Amino acid sequence: MDRIPVLRMGSLLLITIQVDMHDKLAMQLQDDVTQRISEWGSTGVLIDISSLEIVDSFIGRMLANIAAMSRVLGADTVVVGMQPAVAITLVELGMSLPGVRTALSVEAGMELLFEAAAPTQSGLADERPQV
Amino acid sequence: MNVLRSELLPLRNSNDVVLARQKVRQWSIELRFSLVDQTKLVTAASELARNALDHGKGGEMTIEQLSNGPKSGLRLTFADQGPGIPNIEQALTDGFTSGSGMGLGLGGSKRLVNEFSIESEVGKGTKVIVARWR
Repeated sequence: MDRIPVLRMGSLLLITIQVDMHDKLAMQLQDDVTQRISEWGSTGVLIDISSLEIVDSFIGRMLANIAAMSRVLGADTVVVGMQPAVAITLVELGMSLPGVRTALSVEAGMELLFEAAAPTQSGLADERPQV
Repeated sequence: MNVLRSELLPLRNSNDVVLARQKVRQWSIELRFSLVDQTKLVTAASELARNALDHGKGGEMTIEQLSNGPKSGLRLTFADQGPGIPNIEQALTDGFTSGSGMGLGLGGSKRLVNEFSIESEVGKGTKVIVARWR
């Protein structure tokens, strides 16, 4: 069975979605990401969707689910690289991806994740369970 | 209004939804739709094809190239022989869902196209017709 690769880069997981996803592939990705976070103790998930030509409600829901599941496991998620036509369509469809953090580029997304992971006095770090 | 060509695609599994999307994309490009218009129509097709699969237990999509004077367009018909929709008005409301989705499929698709019509008979099936003009 084909799979979307989940790469490990230090404390981050890197996912580039490059194929026209059918539904089972999307479900598999949710499983894989949560599995990797718990296995590798990742603190951030970066999902690059710059190759995706459409995001429908199913894929939008999958992105929101991954962000929510990762959050529960102590990792932040940033979705990067959405094409402008996809953004226009998604909002018209009625889906503005609440709860999913986004950035224009991979660099900007990584910056967000490193900021979130850095130990600060802000409330963000305190929400994580201490091991 | 003339139908210049048409094609029928089955919607039996989630891979058929991918193939339906690709077909709509290909024809939208051939008709020189703008990128935003292509994206809207392909997204609507994806939502409606998945509806036919998940709620209608499979069906088929007909894609037609239309011409109306100087205008050209694409019409997509999604037909299934599923349980039908008892309350169409409710089904078109954002947030209403009978399954596990977000309930954006029908109402959302309607906003992505120029023409939208739906017929449904409980116990017989549902037919959704959409069109987008260039």
